[in-house]
Amino acid sequence: MSGVRKDCIRPVDFKHGRVDLTHGSGGRAMTQLIEELFLQAFDNEWLRQMNDQARFNVGAGRMVMATDGHVISPLFFPGGDIGFLAVHGTINDVAMAGAQPLYLSAGFILEEGFPLADLKRIVESMAEAAKRAGVPIVTGDTKVVERGKGDGVFITTTGVGVVPEGIDISGERAQPGDKILLSGSIGDHGVAVMSQRENLTFETTIESDTVALHGLVAAMLHAVPDIHCLRDPTRGGLATTLNELARQSGVGMKIEETQIPLRTQVAAACEFLGLDPLYVANEGKLVAICPAPFAETLLSAMRAHPLGQEAAIIGEVVADPNRFVQMQTAFGGSRIVDWLTGEQLPRIC
Amino acid sequence: MCLAIPAKVIELLADERAVVDIGGVQKQISLALLDDVGMGEYVILHVGYAIAKLDQAEAAKTLALFSEMGAI
Amino acid sequence: MAIPYIDEFRDGDLARVLAAKIVAEIQPDRRYRFMEFCGGHTHAIFRYGVQDLLPPAVELIHGPGCPVCVLPIGRIDNAIMLAQQPGVMLATYADMLRVPASAGLSLLKAKAQGADVRMVYAASDALKLAQDNPEREVVFFAIGFETTTPPTALVIQQAQRLGLRNFTVFCNHVLTPPAMQAIVASPDGSGTAIDGFIGPAHVSTVIGTEAYHRFVAQYAKPVVIAGFEPLDVLQAVLMLVRQINGGRVEVENEYSRAVTPEGNRKAQAAMAEVLELRDEFEWRGLGLLPHSAWQIKAHYADFDAERRFVVPTLAVQDAKACECGAILRGAKKPQECKVFGNVCTPDNPVGACMVSSEGACAAYYSYGRFKMEAAR
Repeated sequence: MSGVRKDCIRPVDFKHGRVDLTHGSGGRAMTQLIEELFLQAFDNEWLRQMNDQARFNVGAGRMVMATDGHVISPLFFPGGDIGFLAVHGTINDVAMAGAQPLYLSAGFILEEGFPLADLKRIVESMAEAAKRAGVPIVTGDTKVVERGKGDGVFITTTGVGVVPEGIDISGERAQPGDKILLSGSIGDHGVAVMSQRENLTFETTIESDTVALHGLVAAMLHAVPDIHCLRDPTRGGLATTLNELARQSGVGMKIEETQIPLRTQVAAACEFLGLDPLYVANEGKLVAICPAPFAETLLSAMRAHPLGQEAAIIGEVVADPNRFVQMQTAFGGSRIVDWLTGEQLPRIC
Repeated sequence: MCLAIPAKVIELLADERAVVDIGGVQKQISLALLDDVGMGEYVILHVGYAIAKLDQAEAAKTLALFSEMGAI
Repeated sequence: MAIPYIDEFRDGDLARVLAAKIVAEIQPDRRYRFMEFCGGHTHAIFRYGVQDLLPPAVELIHGPGCPVCVLPIGRIDNAIMLAQQPGVMLATYADMLRVPASAGLSLLKAKAQGADVRMVYAASDALKLAQDNPEREVVFFAIGFETTTPPTALVIQQAQRLGLRNFTVFCNHVLTPPAMQAIVASPDGSGTAIDGFIGPAHVSTVIGTEAYHRFVAQYAKPVVIAGFEPLDVLQAVLMLVRQINGGRVEVENEYSRAVTPEGNRKAQAAMAEVLELRDEFEWRGLGLLPHSAWQIKAHYADFDAERRFVVPTLAVQDAKACECGAILRGAKKPQECKVFGNVCTPDNPVGACMVSSEGACAAYYSYGRFKMEAAR
């Protein structure tokens, strides 16, 4: 029929469409998906060049690179989604070296049948997060696996940044006498996600704390350049992070339960599920270890920043060949905060 | 033995169910193991069921007992 | 207070007041050994460091009140076998997922291999699974002491009212007083070293303080029912010290805000309508105990997994080096077990006591007491 335009291509159906194997095959369908979704959302000068890689100048200083795979389920939860998590998570990993995050890459493994509406929502979240953080997604990849071989979508993000000379932040730098600081309340993210899972829904909304922390880190370094350690307590919670740092540095730690910020609702949800907030994941908090003389200055700088308003000094580093993390409980007794065993599951007893 | 927590009844529903509040977190649970639970009362919650009422007067007495000075 | 009826009962200042009273009242040259029966109490004691506030003369021994710990491996093997049957969806509380059974399997590992294992928070969730999946056979792996038993009884009644044809319960509910008796009457004589019991909080809301009178009369050991919070535990210790000093042997109720003499009659009625006592039941670490566990009555046979499916009795021994039996009875401490902390850890539990976070060995290991003691 002569009325049909020769080069008419139907736009991608983001309302009702689903991922199928052609989206990963390298052909027209894949190009179309990339153009109409990823390029549109992430839009920047590198992506507009449409190369398989991004090219940029490298500034003075040491380069920092970090990568994360994101496999969270559910994909959408109060306060965020896997897209936000992916961007913030990798920005934070780079920032924890004291580096300024510069560029991100994003690889997608999509399961056949995954709703394009959900994909669009996730990609738009990533775009929003990247834009707000000022860190563009400059290159990426898309693959499709058969139905049943993926959990909807897996996202891998890699970030690069640069850390100026004179900044030396590393897990093995904690020393006896150093103070331990925490930027805010613990447990928000893990509870938000768990409350979305089957059979555990609450009527109250506890939101994930997912956020990019590089601005907070920059403010902290500006106030106290000689920070020894920085780490964000993600999977395994604060307890795991402190144990990691203690092991890396060959030291012990003594912390005070009363000093650890914990929102009442999060505490209540943990009571309810039989979880220990110390082991619950966080996505918008950090632990900092610095020499004692600078602790108050660092604390002030953190509290002055919107993402550190509830910051607190929670304890100090001590000499200890056993590398225990000991906690003085609110009750007055003490206990060891040990490594997490297995995965934290709700319990009935 | 079992993990059970005190929860405040904030809404009564059909089928012997209710919404309770624990420290600002709300959840739907079953009242099928109790009789005559009213709004504002506290129950002890275990695996989704209220298994006992919390006697607020007794709770106050117990707290007072803790801080009673000296045993005679 | 932020969380009412929880925070007040964890107050550190009141803890010091109670601890001072205990110190003032213990008699010189006298030792007091109290067993907290309930695994939840064990957990609370370690989590808050209650032992730190007690004088050395008062020792807390950790009892077997952990339904995950006392469930024999053979029953977990049964649950795994059920889950592996085609068409079966096994609903279980999260506590059971990682417990190691035979052949290196657990419910979680069986799930990874393709068995349909679903975690539920409440018995009613298991019922809902059956309603939502009429073409599947839903089996609810029911465990727990008397606190957790009434909900199971209720859902069986509900299933019958609804006329469900695809819902059964694999019933492993157990009773508290027979276990307490087994500890005190233990043939190795370890029971005589226990001066009194801190009785379980929430089991008692269901069975009432009345349920302990016969035990106290028969075995002459005082019992103080204690609430779940650390202040409750301290107060209960004080009450037990006073009984010992005064030569009294009674059932006392510290958890008066939730426990009454008669308990929850409605819950008891539901249990009596649906369940009856098994002649005997194997308890991990305690052996075969008479009239210590529930089974589903013939009237509700349609909802009994042991009638619908073939569930063989499997007698599976714990490893020889495992000292859980003695530890569950309070006769030995975790550190006295040769495999504690090396072969047997929470990540690779060999025996019952390490398996659940309430088990004495798991509590010791995770809250690090053994490390601190060894380091001294």
